[in-house]
Amino acid sequence: MEQSLTVSSSPHITGRETSSRIMWTVFGALTPAAAASVYLFGVMALNVIVGTILLCVWFEVLANLALRRPLATVTDGSAALTGLLLALTLPPGLSLWFCAVGAFVAIVMTKAVFGGLGQNPFNPAITARVFLLIAFPEPLTRWPVPLQTEETLYGQPVAIQMELDAITAATPLGLISDLGAGTVNALASVADIYIGRMNGSLGETSGILLLLGGVFLLLRRIISWHIPVSFLAGMSLVAGITHLLNPAEYVGIPFHLFTGGALLGAFFMATDYVTSPMFPRGKLLFGLGCGLLTMIIRLWGGYPEGVSFAILLMNAVVPIIDTHTRPAPFGKSVTSPKGGADA
Amino acid sequence: MAISPLPVPAQLIVPLAQHIGSPATPVVAAGDTVRMGQRIGEPSGFVSVPIHSPVSGTISGIEKRPGPLGSPITCVIIDNDDNDTPETLPPIPDPKAASAADIRSRIRDCGIAGLGGATFPTHIKLSPPANKPIDTVILNGAECEPCLTADHRMLLEHAAEIVSGLQIFLRVTGARCGIIGIEENKPDAIRLFEERCNKTDIRIVPLQVKYPQGGEKQLISAVLRRTVPSGGLPMDVGVVVQNVGTALAVHHAVVCGKPLYERVVTVTGSAVPNPGNFLVRIGTPVHLLLAHCGANGTDIRKLIIGGPMMGFAQYTDDIPVVRGTSGVLAVGAEESALCTTLPCIRCGRCVAVCPMRLVPSEIGVCCDRRLFDHSGTRDALDCMECGCCAFACPSRIPLVQKIRLVKSEVLAARRKERR
Repeated sequence: MEQSLTVSSSPHITGRETSSRIMWTVFGALTPAAAASVYLFGVMALNVIVGTILLCVWFEVLANLALRRPLATVTDGSAALTGLLLALTLPPGLSLWFCAVGAFVAIVMTKAVFGGLGQNPFNPAITARVFLLIAFPEPLTRWPVPLQTEETLYGQPVAIQMELDAITAATPLGLISDLGAGTVNALASVADIYIGRMNGSLGETSGILLLLGGVFLLLRRIISWHIPVSFLAGMSLVAGITHLLNPAEYVGIPFHLFTGGALLGAFFMATDYVTSPMFPRGKLLFGLGCGLLTMIIRLWGGYPEGVSFAILLMNAVVPIIDTHTRPAPFGKSVTSPKGGADA
Repeated sequence: MAISPLPVPAQLIVPLAQHIGSPATPVVAAGDTVRMGQRIGEPSGFVSVPIHSPVSGTISGIEKRPGPLGSPITCVIIDNDDNDTPETLPPIPDPKAASAADIRSRIRDCGIAGLGGATFPTHIKLSPPANKPIDTVILNGAECEPCLTADHRMLLEHAAEIVSGLQIFLRVTGARCGIIGIEENKPDAIRLFEERCNKTDIRIVPLQVKYPQGGEKQLISAVLRRTVPSGGLPMDVGVVVQNVGTALAVHHAVVCGKPLYERVVTVTGSAVPNPGNFLVRIGTPVHLLLAHCGANGTDIRKLIIGGPMMGFAQYTDDIPVVRGTSGVLAVGAEESALCTTLPCIRCGRCVAVCPMRLVPSEIGVCCDRRLFDHSGTRDALDCMECGCCAFACPSRIPLVQKIRLVKSEVLAARRKERR
């Protein structure tokens, strides 16, 4: 035989999914919600979204060059995805300087210094968001109202991924008068919102689009049901019990699930492969922890935003969760101790 | 593609090591004449079987030649005289009347080893220690590797002999229950066997089409719901598993007295214009198989012995067909392109698909960092190298290769410890 043969290890066929395709698919699943925000907030939103994505990719290129890592990351979609996720947690109209700081924290400080793709212990987008919130609280809680205040799709002003701090937000009264009109998907009643702690109302359009994106990812088998279901179940547990015990004080489950970063967090942030557990039982624990912590922080913590902190806290315990939720290998009742005494 | 006999070549290259265990020692020398089926190698040790000449002719020499596992192996080179003068052992027409010990030695004398690919000496598999009684014999007709169809054709064309082989196994082990497992993608075979075994005690079990359904531990779990313990063997749960091809060979060995010197091989792949299943003499060079199927040497970029999931890629086509050769795959440039590897993104797909419920990505990381004594490698020896993890990995990490390395290091460390 004249020409050379390729000799490589089995298997000699591979599945169709690639890491790059996965990341771009998640990116794609987020674009409807992103597009809705541009529709509602116009150029401000577009600037933040496009700017943050480009800045993240830019920092990834710089970091990889500086650390002598392969430059494949521009095309593999990981930096772009981080950028889009981060953008969706930011208020529209945020100055690009802050976006740049966020991109730097996300890509360089949370990811590159830990070893790059696959090595970061904490979710980069969430870490950047929390950093910005704590470092620059005022710009990060300035919530412009959407362009169509009078005639939004579902009868009330909508804002994306926001939790309103009662002091700086658009007036609660203004919102409540709008909310009086028929709301979609069972928002809590006017009385609850008036008296209760004021969470930001998420754009219903975006909420639905996020949900659709999440379901798309489930059907495409990019994410498994464990984390979103346990996350939302954990939230529902606390929200449901508190609402039952004191409906005047605490709003109900649908309100909590559709406001703030709950849907984005449950379907897109907490499910990030790198920072979530690898085994199904661990994923359930992780999601549940995120959901419970989100509600605890929302109801009794100092910040109106619970999702980001909850996910970061749970990221920290992922290694312990993984160690204790390993499946037992076939033919072993428990995993054998270190050293493997079996024949 | 029905089984057709492959034209026997002018020269056969017969390795002395075609089975697990110690290679056979040659009992012929250059210049000797041999008959088809005559012993040319004696078993050396307990875990060993004899080797037989696939043709009648003259011994050309005994020398090292490239082997299917990558390293050169000692082979007996035989020049064919085209007469096919046979030498058989006395037939045992009624195995039920013969003693189990006699049947076992016949199986050994005919050189039968597992034809599913593992090539474990069959007579040893049929001799479990007294404290491990066998109650079930399962014939493995799963053929879960994609592209291979040799077992399927054997099931369709030699059903009677396969059932006879199973009955021989039942006789030898004393098992009461005989089962033939066939994947559901072979409905014709399932129907044929269900009809044939209708009035008998033999149960036909259709199997879900799921790789690696043919792995014996998975097969036993699917058919009997018994779990073979880690580090253990099917006999630990009272079962013996044999490939349907082995059953066929055992029938010929016992009832016809014919030693194992030919087998059915699937030749296929994108670089093979006329794929098919062929009855091939052991020792036939693979390049002759490929030429017979119209494969042009220049189109072939990767040559695999076995199936696409667990087969061995070869660096030359100058290797012989041996007892364990179930398939020859020749593929072109597109299928043999190597992929760029990305870092592990902890997606968990490898964990989800692993039939032994291991954590391949963790073993891969231990390999990268040379942490062979790490707790992450503790279950590595359970890996059956099926390839599911690497198939599913979206970062295209060569997980099986890494796990193999870890396994060899762990075993080497253990051997050192024992000294």
